[in-house]
Amino acid sequence: MAAISREILKRRGIHRSPVMATIGTRSMASWFGHVEPAAKDPILGVTEAFLADPSPDKVNVGVGAYRDDNGKPVVLECVREAERRIAGNLNMEYLPMGGSIKMIEESLKLAYGEDSELIKEKRIAAVQALSGTGACRLFADFQKRFLPDTQIYIPIPTWANHHNIWRDACVPQRTFRYYHPETRGLDFASMMDDIKNAPNGSFFLLHACAHNPTGVDPSEEQWREISYQFKVKNHFPFFDMAYQGFASGDPNRDAKAIRIFLEDGHLIGCAQSYAKNMGLYGQRVGCLSILCDDELQAVAVKSQLQQLARPMYSNPPVHGALVVSIILGDPELKSLWLKEVKGMADRIIGMRKALRENLEKLGSPLSWEHITNQIGMFCYSGMTPEQVDRLTDEFHIYMTRNGRISMAGVTTGNAGYLANAIHEVTKSS
Amino acid sequence: MASQNPIAPSPAAGLYGGSVFANVVQAPEDPILGVTVAYNKDPSPVKVNLGVGAYRTEEGKPLVLNVVRRAEQLLVNDPSRVKEYLPITGLADFNKLSAKLIFGADSPAIQENRVATVQCLSGTGSLRVGGEFLARHYHERTIYIPQPTWGNHPKVFTLAGLSVKTYRYYDPTTRGLNFEGLLADLSAAPPGAIVLLHACAHNPTGVDPTLDQWEQIRLLMRSKGLLPFFDSAYQGFASGNLDADAQSVRMFVADGGECLTAQSYAKNMGLYGERVGALSIVCKSADVATRVESQLKLVIRPMYSNPPIHGASIVATILKDRELYHEWTIELKAMADRIINMRQQLFDALRARGTPGDWSHIIKQIGMFTFTGLNTEQVTFMTKEYHIYMTSDGRISMAGLSSKTVPHLTDAIHAAVTRMK
Repeated sequence: MAAISREILKRRGIHRSPVMATIGTRSMASWFGHVEPAAKDPILGVTEAFLADPSPDKVNVGVGAYRDDNGKPVVLECVREAERRIAGNLNMEYLPMGGSIKMIEESLKLAYGEDSELIKEKRIAAVQALSGTGACRLFADFQKRFLPDTQIYIPIPTWANHHNIWRDACVPQRTFRYYHPETRGLDFASMMDDIKNAPNGSFFLLHACAHNPTGVDPSEEQWREISYQFKVKNHFPFFDMAYQGFASGDPNRDAKAIRIFLEDGHLIGCAQSYAKNMGLYGQRVGCLSILCDDELQAVAVKSQLQQLARPMYSNPPVHGALVVSIILGDPELKSLWLKEVKGMADRIIGMRKALRENLEKLGSPLSWEHITNQIGMFCYSGMTPEQVDRLTDEFHIYMTRNGRISMAGVTTGNAGYLANAIHEVTKSS
Repeated sequence: MASQNPIAPSPAAGLYGGSVFANVVQAPEDPILGVTVAYNKDPSPVKVNLGVGAYRTEEGKPLVLNVVRRAEQLLVNDPSRVKEYLPITGLADFNKLSAKLIFGADSPAIQENRVATVQCLSGTGSLRVGGEFLARHYHERTIYIPQPTWGNHPKVFTLAGLSVKTYRYYDPTTRGLNFEGLLADLSAAPPGAIVLLHACAHNPTGVDPTLDQWEQIRLLMRSKGLLPFFDSAYQGFASGNLDADAQSVRMFVADGGECLTAQSYAKNMGLYGERVGALSIVCKSADVATRVESQLKLVIRPMYSNPPIHGASIVATILKDRELYHEWTIELKAMADRIINMRQQLFDALRARGTPGDWSHIIKQIGMFTFTGLNTEQVTFMTKEYHIYMTSDGRISMAGLSSKTVPHLTDAIHAAVTRMK
């Protein structure tokens, strides 16, 4: 056991120097006196700074949480109704280690298709996870334990926490090219090169839709080519699907990439999150699934996923899972949810249009097509860190320094102000 | 790579239609949770589940506390409530109130801002986050856990990156504390080693040190610079009194030294499935506590980003309202009293039956569990012949007993003890 622990820490790059032990008395120095202050999380740090700003004009287009057209957080009606049904009615017993069976069933239908044969054949090993983060982490830990010689290919760029997750799971990382800064679109040729040049049987992290942070997704034809190449190379596709329904407004359309890979016979892994598409952010609800050869294997894989969850949190939280189960399990509520998620997606698509039009009206010398070409919550504006700093310092606009704009934070009220500010800092570039 | 057909399978990992995880074998059933699985499968009308430690009423039903229902209603009816992400460290109110609950509102450590508290997923999550933090930042990577302890402890700490050793704790001959062995083993531990202590209601034995013994443990540990890591899963649930059940922890904090504490609200607020807990690290100074908190965030973010909001909101709602808090203490005492009552009933019944052996440990032990002293064969016998479900180490969850089922359990124990040795 000591060997495992040492190995875990070595791979995480943690080397501590021993501190002189002194006898415990009131005058003893702290055991933790040498602990350095950790760097702030780049994404969450933005909201902290925003909250601290007293300016009445401030705009938060940093963290990816949906806002309505008044800039207010939203609790979906279907969620409120589900909670009304839960409150005071159900007990709070432990879920099984693998989580809520009902929620898992509904989640698989959403991702793999309502009538998926794979579900009927019970070939999918699936557990409830702590939102998308938890699903990715469980998969990374599982990958480490059962295929310790593999690594993960991560797109450039990606959600920053992806790197942290696979690092803490002690899985070595490689990258593949994805975003094309010149076109603010997909660098498809380089991506395909990297897929071809990776050793056979490599593990790839793919964003199923609404790539975070760029908003740039492959087209359907491109996904088919990627899938084909994955077959040739026998790569393992792991999909992080955090925005199903939220990207185009249609959950089936947003799962197209996954469905293509399934048609082609890939055995995929998939992390699902209900943080954005059901607005359940703080409830931490998600699902990790791994498609297996057969039912027997799915049972084995699921049992091992549970073994990884048990020493992390024993069993997942029940409340959010109940909300999801009730909504997806009730045809009326599900229908309401589909309407509401389309409403959110449509508002964002509308804001993309508004922002782009405003910038064009201001006579910006640059092309802002990418604002409406990109999809989902985020827009990779192409602005430099220095330009972003100016936006913050001069206009009290808060976003991450990679130029990522959370479109969910744009409203009819601030689209003009935002466009004006962006124009100011970019017009001479 | 010699294939002509471009989509022929590569000899590397997996084949077309072949999973890369084909070699994964099925994991063994979790010994504790597996008991309930077996219980559920049994069609016998006289079956009793004394396996997992979840409270049951006299009617054998799970219980949602009244204060919890009231808190839930308050929350659901509040239109201003949103479901946004909590900060990585969790709900601030909840953290402050949890620290006050375990350390005491007047604790100097709290007054002096020396406590870093983060919301975690119940006791398990708090232990894991604390363990990971220690593995990265503490100079000693060995943790000593009592023999026996909760089955999940070794796995939690091993995966956290610590190396696990044990110290003697339970004495099978007395069914009480092996105090000499405990002191000897902790004396022999390297200076600075981490020591896991059950704050009260030791799981699985129900055997706790007396206050005098705690004081001796404290003196020994401080003299050797051993770092205490408390697992507090039963505050209020053991004696029925929140302050009494926190005495061990408060003794250590009172001497000005450092320690870690994992708190769970699973049992004492009946919030089991909501996964509510807190990890507190008591530091020497406010400055250290701030830096420690920042590092705890780096452990949490790649695990699950931020903790679940629902359960913590319920706890905060209850703890911050005088009336709700008071009602909670009453409901909590009622649960503890019912368990103490079950202990007495079982003890009386075994004595009346004339079952051989000294069964006084049933009333001496405290909390949810009793370590009966029955061996694996006897347990298997009881399950097969009497449909009594319990873990094979002889542990029974008193919370699963009722006045109605005490006679059946008495019969089973009597039969096991007299027919099997």
